Amino acid sequence: MQFMLMCYFDEDRWQALPEGQRAQIMEQYGELTQSIVRSGHFRAKAKLQPTSTARTVRACAGETLVLDGPFAETREQLGGIFLVECGALDEALAIAARFPTLPAGGVVEVRPLERATGS
Amino acid sequence: MSPDPDEQLGYLEDLHRREYGRILATLIRGLGDFDLAEEALQDAFAVAIAQWPAQGPPQNPVGWLIATARNRAIDQLRRRTMAESKREDIAAVWAPDDDAPVPLDSLRLIFTCCHPALSLEAQVALTLRTVCGLETEEIARAFLVPVPTLAQRLVRAKNKIKAARIPYEVPGDEVLRERLEAVIAVVYLVFNEGYAASFGEGLVRAELCREAIRLGRMLVDLLPAERELAGLLALMLLHDARRATRTDAEGAIVLLEEQDRSRWDQAHIAEGAALVTRALRGGRPGPYALQAAIAALHATAATAAATDWRQIAALYGLLVAVHPSPVVELNRAVAVAMADGPERGLELMRDLHLPGYHLLPAARADLLRRLGRRAEAATAYREALELVTNEAERRFLERRLAEVG
Repeated sequence: MQFMLMCYFDEDRWQALPEGQRAQIMEQYGELTQSIVRSGHFRAKAKLQPTSTARTVRACAGETLVLDGPFAETREQLGGIFLVECGALDEALAIAARFPTLPAGGVVEVRPLERATGS
Repeated sequence: MSPDPDEQLGYLEDLHRREYGRILATLIRGLGDFDLAEEALQDAFAVAIAQWPAQGPPQNPVGWLIATARNRAIDQLRRRTMAESKREDIAAVWAPDDDAPVPLDSLRLIFTCCHPALSLEAQVALTLRTVCGLETEEIARAFLVPVPTLAQRLVRAKNKIKAARIPYEVPGDEVLRERLEAVIAVVYLVFNEGYAASFGEGLVRAELCREAIRLGRMLVDLLPAERELAGLLALMLLHDARRATRTDAEGAIVLLEEQDRSRWDQAHIAEGAALVTRALRGGRPGPYALQAAIAALHATAATAAATDWRQIAALYGLLVAVHPSPVVELNRAVAVAMADGPERGLELMRDLHLPGYHLLPAARADLLRRLGRRAEAATAYREALELVTNEAERRFLERRLAEVG
């Protein structure tokens, strides 16, 4: 079954990290990706631009309202996602535990996907 | 809403371009047979062409194509003798919810196509046919090979995969780098065939560059820690960014220094330059990373005069160390000439031996021309003209010869 692994990190803290450390973390993400591609778990990934680039869209009195900024004002922000195929939750958690942002204070949320209802 | 048939066909064409290789990669894993998988997928697309324009595409077009191809393959096997046992094999291998292409399969496919047991020509043809989904006729046209010859080459390659039991897998860590080198060489060869335009028609050639870049992107996505892949993709993007300005309306060559930089593809350049940073980081950079770094310095110079030749000469120095070749030495000599003056360049060229290679006398001629040594320049231009094969380059050299003559 498929799981979405969502990486949260405090954007201000990310920006405050030395350039070298950020580059190193991104390189470790590259190694992690490569490893889960080769183990067959990998399905997709995406890295998001900072929440300063976000817009939110909602309906307000029949009008579409587009506002600047992210939907949720949280301490940690969603920075990227991985979609993986795993036999069970434990496997997905084991992959999440290897995320290189964890030692630097990041958080990974793991959620199973609804089974697709066929074509 | 009734679907627009033309729109549907355009959609199918696009789907074919984007998904053919990925779907085929998954089918080959499931069926364990290149030919069977290819035939089944072609059948599935044929059914789609017949049905979708009238009915509209299914909700999950890729899943539909995989399911249809799988059913076709099973029918096909059933028709063959001893089909029964094989059919169970398929059912066993193939879980019913397996309706999305798996990224790992694309990687398995390209490593199999670029297996060292196959000749380089076969590797290139098989990669273009299966991973990129180009038609046999298209590949034959691009490489100026008769269609039957190319078809034969493909058949032999696929037979060899079967006979030699070349496994459908990504090589293990201990040989990954080495095998990756072969993959990179194939992709770059495809790109260069499109870019160098030493023969053939323009449109087909552009297609080859596009496919090579697409392959490069796929590989970088799947193996992001391999820095030479980042270098390869960067190199292709940075070269391709200048495509439109490399020849004029008559097809004559326009030199780098005379190209209209405002027409260079800035998106490609930005992407390429970012990849170069990645490719150079940590450890000793490989030959593709270094070539890409050189291309990036050219592409990001605001004017030809602003080019950082000293840096380029230094990078060529590193390149000579990891990839010794007289052609690289020649490029280094040209860069040194630009940084320290033509005399220094001529000095370095004096020791070079590149028999049959027109660019050595052409480069020497250019430096002599810059120094005003017109008679010597003319002799060198004539020497280059004797060796040149490309029509556009010939015209360029003749123009230069007329200038100094």
